[in-house]
Amino acid sequence: MRKETDQTGKYGDSTDQTRRNTLKRRSLLKAMIGIPVLGAFAFEVFNKATFDKQKKDMIIDELGLKNINNTKRIKSLPSTKADLIRIGIIGFGNRAVAHVNGLGFMQDSDVKAFKERGIFGDWLEQENLNIALTGICDVFDLHAEKGMEIARNGIRTTGATPNLPVKRYRYYQEMLDDKDIDAIMIATPDHHHAEITVAAARAGKHVYCEKSIALTEAEVNEVYDAVKKSKIVYQLGHQIAQSVVFQQAKEIINKGILGKITLIETTTNRNSADGAWIRHLDKSGNPKPGDEKTIDWNQWIGSTPKVPFSIDRYYNWVKWFAYDSGVIGQLFTHEYDSVNQLLRIGIPQSVVASGGIYYWKDNREIPDSLHVVFEYPKQDLTLLYSANLACSKNRGRVFMGHDASMELGSSIEITVDGDSSRYKKQIEQGLISTSEPMISLNSNSGKVDAVSGATSKYYTARGLTTTTIDGRQVDTTYLHIKEWLDCIRNGGVTSANIERAFEEGITCVMATKSYTEKRRVEWDSVNRKII
Amino acid sequence: MKDTIKFTSLQLITLVTLRILIGWHLLFEGISKLTSPGWSSLGFLKESKWIFSDLSQWIISNGKVLEAVNFLNTWGLIAIGLGLILGLFTRVAAFSGTLLLLIYYSMNPPLVGLEYSVPFEGNYLIVSKTLIEAVALMMIAFFPTSLVFGLDIFIDRYRNRKKEKNYTIQG
Repeated sequence: MRKETDQTGKYGDSTDQTRRNTLKRRSLLKAMIGIPVLGAFAFEVFNKATFDKQKKDMIIDELGLKNINNTKRIKSLPSTKADLIRIGIIGFGNRAVAHVNGLGFMQDSDVKAFKERGIFGDWLEQENLNIALTGICDVFDLHAEKGMEIARNGIRTTGATPNLPVKRYRYYQEMLDDKDIDAIMIATPDHHHAEITVAAARAGKHVYCEKSIALTEAEVNEVYDAVKKSKIVYQLGHQIAQSVVFQQAKEIINKGILGKITLIETTTNRNSADGAWIRHLDKSGNPKPGDEKTIDWNQWIGSTPKVPFSIDRYYNWVKWFAYDSGVIGQLFTHEYDSVNQLLRIGIPQSVVASGGIYYWKDNREIPDSLHVVFEYPKQDLTLLYSANLACSKNRGRVFMGHDASMELGSSIEITVDGDSSRYKKQIEQGLISTSEPMISLNSNSGKVDAVSGATSKYYTARGLTTTTIDGRQVDTTYLHIKEWLDCIRNGGVTSANIERAFEEGITCVMATKSYTEKRRVEWDSVNRKII
Repeated sequence: MKDTIKFTSLQLITLVTLRILIGWHLLFEGISKLTSPGWSSLGFLKESKWIFSDLSQWIISNGKVLEAVNFLNTWGLIAIGLGLILGLFTRVAAFSGTLLLLIYYSMNPPLVGLEYSVPFEGNYLIVSKTLIEAVALMMIAFFPTSLVFGLDIFIDRYRNRKKEKNYTIQG
């Protein structure tokens, strides 16, 4: 006979009488069945957490990365009212808008976008740099007016220094002559960078210049000499190295975790008209504003060959070698700087470049597919750069070592090599997997999130525009500007200083020369000349 | 509970085991999310393909909403898991769990023609493990076991006493 139970926990033949009785001991125990299960669950979760932590600690300890989460803190330097720095901006296009965000100003229309991205609060908390925006210079009235409006609109970070009157300059020379300007930020098209930097250095104004430093070998030398002769603080606009993950990558490389690095692959992967520098149309496809009346065309052309006014050239200047060096000047510069900041590779012994215009067959001169090999025989190293503007498959930036490879983007992923000598034992013991990253560092949490065996699915590549410090989203451009201002006030050397800028400038000129002259270009390190 | 279902011991034990196992699974899913510092439902929502894809896009585009969804998801899983293991508010837990699992299923259903960038961990056509777990939880809700193996019995007794008291007063 089968025993049957009903919902009250009594056997089928129970009566109402027994139902009113106290719960029998047995029934009570049955009701509590979940509690020992929960106990077992808690025990197992604890067990697993301990095991994971031990494994992670062991690897981190063994690699000497114990303090890697604490590599970067914002150093607060005292600034008094007396050391207020008055800044002028030359060239007020899109990049300058990012600069003023770093300085503690914001365009009206950006407030909504920042709020939507949930970073407006963090921006407001950005530390006061004790600066005043006192000068704007642009050849285009509309851009200059936008700058003036931002300087006056009163949208400022918390505790920011009160606004001072802002002046518009028609010519950058007037700004440099003005004793009410202490430092300038250059965000013009590249063909003006060298000329303005040299003039600013001579006028004793500190310079924050967007890449590239200059376009020709002669210009790079001129800028180098002018800055070296002056007492100004120079910073080239490479904010990537300010990211927390970047500091961590530096530590990883210094600790030799990758083994001997003989190859570094850097890439550019874009596939849009905007990415190929076709920018004269707005989002709805209408021509952007600007004509000969509102743009001082002669000044815009500067020392480049005279050509009639062209809205194409004004907005899409990157397409011509007279104004820029294309992917080299705009994008490889960032790649080079990332590598040079980490490994101090300097100027290559030789450069070979090859490519062509294969997709964007407009009136451009710059290649849309370009591949460059930089040789560093003294360091036993090859740096590769491969750019394509007609396919956006992400190829990453990879440092290839004998023991492990490191992909460095907005996050770091280090994967141990199957044939590594250093990790041979751990691979055999199954402690380190070669099919998954051994270490993943995420810029957004700034913590070691996972070690060996954890999936990398969280670490979707994100732009290197912000980094997380002490739980706050911080703009890397802000950190880069802050470093520059700190050096102006307290001395010290900026990370993208004139030495680094010189190395980068020469390397880029070599690449461009190799492409346009279709030959292998070498560096004569004795005479400091490209041959 | 007014309906009285009679189970054999074996039937009862099987049902309780199923209830506890699903509870364990959901509880650990919740705990894992709670303890992963970088976890967000962003990646999952991004992949959303079917009837909820617009909703997912809206959630992603709004930082505050995404945060709320992450919070509700994590703590929802923990609460449902605890309920199922302890047999406490079992019916509510089972129904909520069913709903949650059906939402998961509807976000990434293995239907013909829907392609995902991340492959499933098994081979599915229309029916996936998530769908089966959802239906299993529905079964737990309709074949209650918590009045024998669960804390719900105390709630039931408390309610019954109250009812009896009311009868007495009226009587």
